[in-house]
Amino acid sequence: MAGPGLRVRLFLLAGLLALCCAAYLSLGVRGDWGFILAFRGQKLAALLLVGFAVSWATVIFQTITGNRILTPSVMGFDALYLLLLTGLVWAIGARTYQGLPPQGMMVANVVWMCGASLLLFRVVLRAGEGDMMRLILTGVVLAVLFHSLTAYFRRVIDPNEYAVVQAASFARFSNVDTGLLAVATGFCLAAGAAVWRMRYRLDVLPLGPVLSTSLGEPPHKAQWQVLLLVSVLVSVSTALVGPVAFFGILVTSLTYLIIPSARHGDLLPAAALIASIILVGGQTVMERLLDLSTPLSVVVEFLGGLIFLFLLLRSLR
Amino acid sequence: MIRWFCLLALCALACASLFVGVIDLRSTRPDEVWPLIRDSRFPRTVATLLTGASLAIAGQIMQQIARNRFVEPMTSGTGQSAALGILMTAVLVPAAPIGFKMAMASITALGGSLLFFVIIRRLPPTQPLLVPLVGLIYGGVVGAAVTYVAYQADMLQFIEIWMNGEFSGTLRGRYELLWLAGLAAALSYLVADQFSIIGLGEAVSLNLGLNYAQVVVLGLIMISVVTGLTVVTVGMIPFVGLVVPNLVSQFTGDSLRRSLPMTAMAGAALVLAADLLGRMVIYPFEMPVGTVIGIVGAIVFLWLLYGGSRLAR
Amino acid sequence: MIEIENLSYQIAGHPILSDVSLRLEKGGLVALVGPNGAGKSTLLSLVARLVPLQSGSISIDGLQIGKTADDVLARQLAILPQDLSVASRLTVRDLVGFGRYPYHKGRPRAEDRDRVDAVIGQFELTAIADRQLENLSGGQRQRAFVAMAFAQDTEYLLLDEPLNNLDISASRALMTLLRDLVTAQGRTVVIVVHDINYAAAYADRIIALKQGVVVADGTPREIVNSALLREVFQTGAEVAVVGGRPVVLV
Repeated sequence: MAGPGLRVRLFLLAGLLALCCAAYLSLGVRGDWGFILAFRGQKLAALLLVGFAVSWATVIFQTITGNRILTPSVMGFDALYLLLLTGLVWAIGARTYQGLPPQGMMVANVVWMCGASLLLFRVVLRAGEGDMMRLILTGVVLAVLFHSLTAYFRRVIDPNEYAVVQAASFARFSNVDTGLLAVATGFCLAAGAAVWRMRYRLDVLPLGPVLSTSLGEPPHKAQWQVLLLVSVLVSVSTALVGPVAFFGILVTSLTYLIIPSARHGDLLPAAALIASIILVGGQTVMERLLDLSTPLSVVVEFLGGLIFLFLLLRSLR
Repeated sequence: MIRWFCLLALCALACASLFVGVIDLRSTRPDEVWPLIRDSRFPRTVATLLTGASLAIAGQIMQQIARNRFVEPMTSGTGQSAALGILMTAVLVPAAPIGFKMAMASITALGGSLLFFVIIRRLPPTQPLLVPLVGLIYGGVVGAAVTYVAYQADMLQFIEIWMNGEFSGTLRGRYELLWLAGLAAALSYLVADQFSIIGLGEAVSLNLGLNYAQVVVLGLIMISVVTGLTVVTVGMIPFVGLVVPNLVSQFTGDSLRRSLPMTAMAGAALVLAADLLGRMVIYPFEMPVGTVIGIVGAIVFLWLLYGGSRLAR
Repeated sequence: MIEIENLSYQIAGHPILSDVSLRLEKGGLVALVGPNGAGKSTLLSLVARLVPLQSGSISIDGLQIGKTADDVLARQLAILPQDLSVASRLTVRDLVGFGRYPYHKGRPRAEDRDRVDAVIGQFELTAIADRQLENLSGGQRQRAFVAMAFAQDTEYLLLDEPLNNLDISASRALMTLLRDLVTAQGRTVVIVVHDINYAAAYADRIIALKQGVVVADGTPREIVNSALLREVFQTGAEVAVVGGRPVVLV
């Protein structure tokens, strides 16, 4: 199906994203253009990174789990990242934490996250094998558990030090943490390159465990690698903008709708473009045009949640 | 036998609750002891007992109506709908008396649970785990709506209070509404047999000459009143209505007339124990009871889900 | 040749297979039969490396399972699962194209495309080559999957209960197709099958399992009789000989 129609769609998406970026950078600029462009450019870069990280993490996660309702966030990956972050601040003390270089801490967080999520989600995915509802329910309850544990650690941390973690606990697209851009870009590039190299192997996995083994790609091998990459990508997006429960499902369901292809070589770029369009375009509309105080994240969550319910109910037919 | 043990444990917990707090009763002047107990410790203990008992019963009745062991009001959108009602009242009629708020919370809770039941009636009975899942996501969507309204109205710090249950602010004169919740829960004992029957399904109920719709609506009203009142006075406490009935029915079976008293006692004991734990774990500060139960409840839930209980299947 | 030596397998302490040794020569259609829980599907899964070996060994043309790289085995042996539902939207051509994956690893060359076209023609799928799998009938879909496994160009093809959910005409068409793969193309086909009449009608060799042990092994004429049905399936059905082959009177 890689006909011209598909190409055209990808180019249109790219064009739309370019338009959104231009609007985001140039609308409503007053005063020093140089300063504002540099300032907005950093935020734009962060939004693009988040769009990339969330969309790719969700697409590859859906591929290895073999269904289009699960997302890393629904399964509690974001919540786990926050829990680990809060736990770390509690363990070493907020003052020590703030004294350490933030880039270094992010690297440490990502490594810590990879280990913990591999351990946990391998067990969960194994236990829930073949029973999707049980699997999703487990993930949702795990997310509740992680949130409660995070709340616990927050209380245990000295209230004065709590501000350190509070900033990370709510999704915020308007106020991204640009200090981490360099490290985040590095992680995204590395993980992205690894995913892109895997794209043909990922095409085989939706055939199911038996057929993919028959074709020489046993799924358990790819599962390890994908979980690791998902952990890195989720860590990056959560560190930059906080948890985004249903953003991923919004992006992938739009992607499958717009791109009539099962090839990851088509799906991955399209998903990244669509996610970035939603983030940059949405942010432009909300901030510059409508001047709304409601953060984009709330709207995205609401829409994503509805889509999730819709997909869930439709999957029964 | 187990019933007496439960009652005994409950009394012990209640006594402990009277004596645990920032102020040590032993070092207090004798004439200050009584006011402290009357105005703070006793109301708090009673509020905890009432909340626990009525939430557990509301959960059990919701499970009967939904015919699914994994649902309860606080994680299926009822609690979030109640919070939405309170928030709307606070935004639209800021000067409304507490009774009005409470009524609004109960009405929106009822609306929210009615919608939930309309949705789950369309789910196939072959997928029992879908019901709690839809409930959790539905609750999340209503929760997003609450956040949206709160953001627009600049009231985010208030929803923190309603979204996470806490007893630390319970004083004389500020908890008495919970007696109403307790009363609503107690009244359900009178129609326990009807609830047991609708748990067997619509066809069986009609066959036995029961007015199915009437009993369902009655149950939903009771659930909504309990949820609305709880959210108004102490905030949301998840999992109580889910974990307690599941554990209790392992001992008592599924006849509500037999299990309801136990459910009430066990629910009260659980919330009381969680509150005590919350008061002691970071003494002299407090851990909200919603957080403690969120942790304990989620672990028990997973245990139920993965066959720790023969009844969970 | 598939060589199975002293194969045992247990799940949670319950023996599923006990000390099974078999040699399956190249060429021929072999049917594994037996009552539910006899271990047929487990045996097939072990040969197809879907589950790891516990004890014993299996080799395929001298390649040891568990010690040979996945892509090397993928050019020797293909398996089709019972459940042929696929999560993503694929056309018949996409699916058959996957059969070439072990050779091109995602970057199909001209010769791979030619091979896919040839197989599609050979399996009479040309008319539906660009249709989505989900819009096909059960028989057509089954045919497309066999075409994919055929395009994999492996010596051995294993199928786990391929007749489930097929009506009589689709079942017969599939068995005729498999028969043809063996006779005309010289491939080796091993199937797990429930209906012993299909096994008797199309297989060259029938292997009967009961409680994890091989209890009968031979041509349909040799082993399909009422004694076998009584011993293996615990049922007292009569066997008649119609047109030179045994038929169970159900």
